[in-house]
This record gives sequence, C-alpha cells and structure tokens, in this order.
Amino acid sequence: MLKRLRESKSAQGTLLALPTTVWLFVLLIIPLILTAVVSFGKRSPDGNVIYTFTLDNYIRLFGYSTNCASGQAACFDPLYVNILLRSLSLAFNTTVLVISLAYPLAYFIARSHPKQRNTYLFMVLIPLWTNFVIRVYAWMMLLRKEGAINIIIGWVMNLLHIPFTPLEMLYTPGAVLVGMVYEFLPFMILPIYTSLEKIDLSLYEAAADLGANSIKTFLRVTLPLSMPGVVAGTILVFIPVMGTFIVSDILGGRQVILVGNLIQRQFLDARDPTFGSAASLILMVMTLIVTYFYTRKFGFGEEIVVA
Amino acid sequence: MTSEFAVELRDVVKRFITPEGNDMAAVDHVTMQIKNGEFFSMLGSSGCGKTTSLRMVAGFEWPTEGEVYIEGKAMGHTPPFQRKVNTVFQSYALFQHMTVFQNLAFGLEMEGAKEDEIKKRVGRALEMVQLTGMDRRKPKQLSGGQQQRVALARALVKTPDVLLLDEPLGALDLKLRKEMQLELKALQQQLGITFIYVTHDQEEALTMSDRIAVMSKGKIQQLGTPVEIYERPTNKFVADFIGESNFLEGKIKSISKKEASVFVPSLNAEVVGMPISEGLVKGEEVIVSIRPEKIRIAEKDAVNQNMFRATVTNTVYIGVDTKVFVDAHGAKLKVWEQNRISRLDPKSFYTVGQEVWLMLLPENTIVLKKD
Repeated sequence: MLKRLRESKSAQGTLLALPTTVWLFVLLIIPLILTAVVSFGKRSPDGNVIYTFTLDNYIRLFGYSTNCASGQAACFDPLYVNILLRSLSLAFNTTVLVISLAYPLAYFIARSHPKQRNTYLFMVLIPLWTNFVIRVYAWMMLLRKEGAINIIIGWVMNLLHIPFTPLEMLYTPGAVLVGMVYEFLPFMILPIYTSLEKIDLSLYEAAADLGANSIKTFLRVTLPLSMPGVVAGTILVFIPVMGTFIVSDILGGRQVILVGNLIQRQFLDARDPTFGSAASLILMVMTLIVTYFYTRKFGFGEEIVVA
Repeated sequence: MTSEFAVELRDVVKRFITPEGNDMAAVDHVTMQIKNGEFFSMLGSSGCGKTTSLRMVAGFEWPTEGEVYIEGKAMGHTPPFQRKVNTVFQSYALFQHMTVFQNLAFGLEMEGAKEDEIKKRVGRALEMVQLTGMDRRKPKQLSGGQQQRVALARALVKTPDVLLLDEPLGALDLKLRKEMQLELKALQQQLGITFIYVTHDQEEALTMSDRIAVMSKGKIQQLGTPVEIYERPTNKFVADFIGESNFLEGKIKSISKKEASVFVPSLNAEVVGMPISEGLVKGEEVIVSIRPEKIRIAEKDAVNQNMFRATVTNTVYIGVDTKVFVDAHGAKLKVWEQNRISRLDPKSFYTVGQEVWLMLLPENTIVLKKD
C-alpha cells in the first residue's frame, strides 16, 4: 500500500486533494443540494418546510403576485426583481469605482522606490486587521447627521458664514456604495499592484525607444499587461458585493435592501426558508452568469505577464 | 547625413548616487566619435560604464555633464521617443501581449505609418531576420534565438540612423551566439546603418567591430581597430583585459627614436630592440608586455639576442594549443605553443623540469608605462 503510494503520482495527488474534497463535499455540495431541495418546497403556516415540488418561490421572486391592490387574482409585483437589479447595479458600480480608485494607487505603489513599497502595501492592509462589521460601523459614525463629516463641513461653513443644514447621508444608496467601495478597495489594489509590479521596466524603455510617449506607452503596454490584475480584482470584488448584507444593513437601513438582506430576512425574520433558498440560488446563478461572461472575455487573470 | 559622425560623446560625465549615498561617476569624462556606417563596440566588464554610455545615446539617461550629439545635433534632454536611434535590449523587452507582427508594427504605428505600409515594412524586416511566417506567434512561443531576432527586427523596422545593441547575444548559447555574430556583422554591412554594440565578450567585439572602445571604471582605456587593440595595447589594463599577456617589470636602459632596451631584473637580463610608444625616457620604470602565443620556445641557444633560459613548471594540453608554464630566473611566464603537427608520442611534448630556451622577438613585445 505504502509502496504503491510512493510510486504513483496520481495516488499522491488523490491523497493530497482528499481533505479539501471532503471539506467541500460536506460543507458546500451537501448544503447546496439541501438548499435546492428546500427552495422547491412550501412553507407551512408555522414556518416549517413541507417537502414537495413547486416552483412557487421562483415565480414569486420574479414578480408573480396574488396580493394585488387592484383586486385582481394575479399581477406583476416588481419588489423582488428590483432588489435583484439593485444588487446587480450596486455590484457593478462598486466594481467600477473600486477599479478607478485602486488602479492609480496600485500604479503609484508599483512605481515607487522598492524600500517604500512595503510600507505602502502595509498601509493598504492595516484596515483589514479590524473586524469587517466594526469598520462599517465606523462609517456610520462618519456619515450620520451629527457625524464627523457633517461636523467638519458645518465648521468650515460657519467660518465662511454660509448657512448649513447637516446632510442626510446615512441610510442612502450613496452611503452603501461608499461603504462597499471602502470595504473592497484592498482586494482590488493588491492584484493590480502585483500585475503592475511584474512588468519589466525595460518594456517601458522599449516603448519609448520605439516612439511612444508616456500616454501611448500606458495605453498600449502598461494597461494591457496589467489587465490580469484588474480581472482578478474584479472577481474578488464583484462576487462578494453581490452577496454581502452587512454593509447595506448598517449603512442602508431599511432604504437599501439587497439580495443579501432579502435572504437573511427570509431565514431569520420572515421564517420562510423555502423562499430564502430560492433567492440564494438565484443570486448564485446570477453571479455565475456574470462571472462566466466576464471571464470568457478577459480570462481569470491567471496569466503571468513577465517577459 | 548632416554630420561626419553618427554619434558623438563630448566630455560626458554621468554621476549616480549609490545606495550607500556616495556619489559615483559611472561615466567619467568620455569623449568618442562614432562614424557613419561604423560597427562600433564598447567593451568592458560590468560596471565599466559601457551600458550607461549607450543608455545616454538612447535617451534613457541624461549626462550630468557634457553632451551627446546624434547626427551633429546636441541631444540635451531629448526623450527617447524623439531620437532617431533604436535599441535592441539585453532582455529583448518584447511585448508579451502582442504577436510578433504587432511587436514590429508598434514602432511604425507610433510614427503614424499607414496600414499597408506597415504590412510591407514588417514583412521585409521579418524576412531580413529570417522569421517569415512567424508573424502570428506570441514571443513566448519562440525560442531564445528567435526572440532575439524579433527584438532586432523590431528596432530595424524603424530604419534608425543608429542601432544600439546592449549585449544582445548574452542570453544565447555559444554556438548560436557565434552564428549571430557573423549574421549581425553581415546585416550591418548590408544595411549600412551605424551599430553601437555593448559587450563584455572580447572575442565578440574583435569578431564584429570596425573599432572598439575598451572601457574601465567609466573611462575609455583605448579606442582603436581590433588589430590595434590586440597588437598594440597602450596600457597594461588593455594588454591584460584583451587576450592574455606576460608582464615583466623593468627599467629603460637605453632608448633611441625607434627602439628601447629594457633591463628586466627578474630575467636578470636585457631585452633589446623593442619598438616604443611615445613619452618614454631613459631610466623610466616600465612594463614589458608580451603575449603568450608570441613567445617561441627553442631547444638550443641559437645565435640570437633576447634568448633566456627557463624551466618548464607545468604543461596543459588543450587541443589547439599546449599551454606551457615556465620559470626564467624567477620570472613566471606563460607560453602558448600551437599544435601544428599531429602527434601522440609523449616524448614530443615538454615535460616538467625540462630546460628550454625562450625567444622574445622584439617586434612582438610592447613597452608600457608603469602606472
């Protein structure tokens, strides 16, 4: 047995992959199957699952309603579709904003003196040492009516003798967007930095030598060679933003409900695990579709771009 | 062509701050004139300033003092993309995200060339480096030698006045390197473009160059044709760096306009009739330099001056030559004897301890100033 293991590369591979396979099977595959099964079930009046096969939960999610104001038997209710679309657009906006903030910073770090680079990277990582939820609460302190931002603006306005009423920033879609961008910025900076840092300096010289000024060098050489970093960062940001509910819960209140909040409330408040499961699966499918088309166009960002 | 010289460096100094914070002159008052259509090499070990000099011509670095002229025009702080020179990089610096065609087209697109013209010129350049049909490959799908050719073609397609080559063959294996040396030289002659070639490989420089600047510590040690550099080194550094040399310390005993006689204490004898360079005076401490292949070993004391008795201390057979190490009154000399005759008899080779006569032909010796 041991002898076979020593000789067979594939047996070694199987053994090495075994713990993770078991882990994934028990904690991902089985729960996923259970979720699917539950999503086709029905909620009993006391909040339990009745195992049958019905598409009711999905139909409801896509706007079929029997609870119509006009008194009809059935009508279209955009409530849940809107939540899905809102999540999608927020994830999209967050990703775009994060890229536009992270890219210049990553570029700056990659082009700075090697001695300073580690300091800068360290500074990028420092916020991650604090708990996610606490960081979001910190934004609440900053954004609320009597928060730090309003105090500072008020103070400046007072100096300039301009009347000022504190801004309503908390519990708005903007607050959620700011929170998301802040939370996920490091996950974009690091992969972009890595791909920029890998670019051989002689490539910039070659571009200049062949007649490209700095703008053309950036567009034709730097940007394409750093795309793998942008793609990897996008995957790391887009997918979690689609599913997270803490940021919208704390900074969006009841105003900004995302799929994540919907799922959480179905399981905890509404006690309807069947509907929550259906929403979870739809979220997963939506994320998969977007990621699929994105990676088909740009790859996974796995290419190594060193010369 | 507006100027006699393709490239000129006038009293160029380039200072850097070392990581320890010291000020260091990587290039120290270098002046050189590179003629149009010349194959010019800068030769030296790493840190001698050859690459920095090349980078100042390319525009990647600017001189701290002095001025670089290209086609008679002072370059000042002209950026690389406005200079009519192109570089072949040591690492090739190919754009990995582009195909071979796109790599070559890049420089032409920057000039604003039209699509059909680009196609034509790229095609011609690929033909020149024998890579026709490879235009759709990515650099990673090519061998090292092919990548090197792409780098060469990418620079040549721009039809520069001057092509700068920074150790372009350094990454290739020996055989391929020798092939490429001859190919590069032929290409240069065919195109008539000025080549400035940086290398640490003396054989490479001697093989290809019209003229060579031997550099050390940021200064030009000697500038001349390969024959001049090898046969008439003007100082000990060059005599030692290019090829191999025996050095004998001595003192000028008598000197005429053409010849000098030097007393060499380690031989306890006088070497007479040697040609001299300028500026030597009687009584001056000098170094007599002679190449190992230019010393003759004779069995008997022929009627000749400059014959010295010596003992063989070691011999090394390397096929082409036999390296014979001898001791002449304490002066340790190396002598290379070419194996012109095929023989197997061990008695026909010199043996350790054997007494031999060395003959130093005066025309093969060089009297150098002691520095």
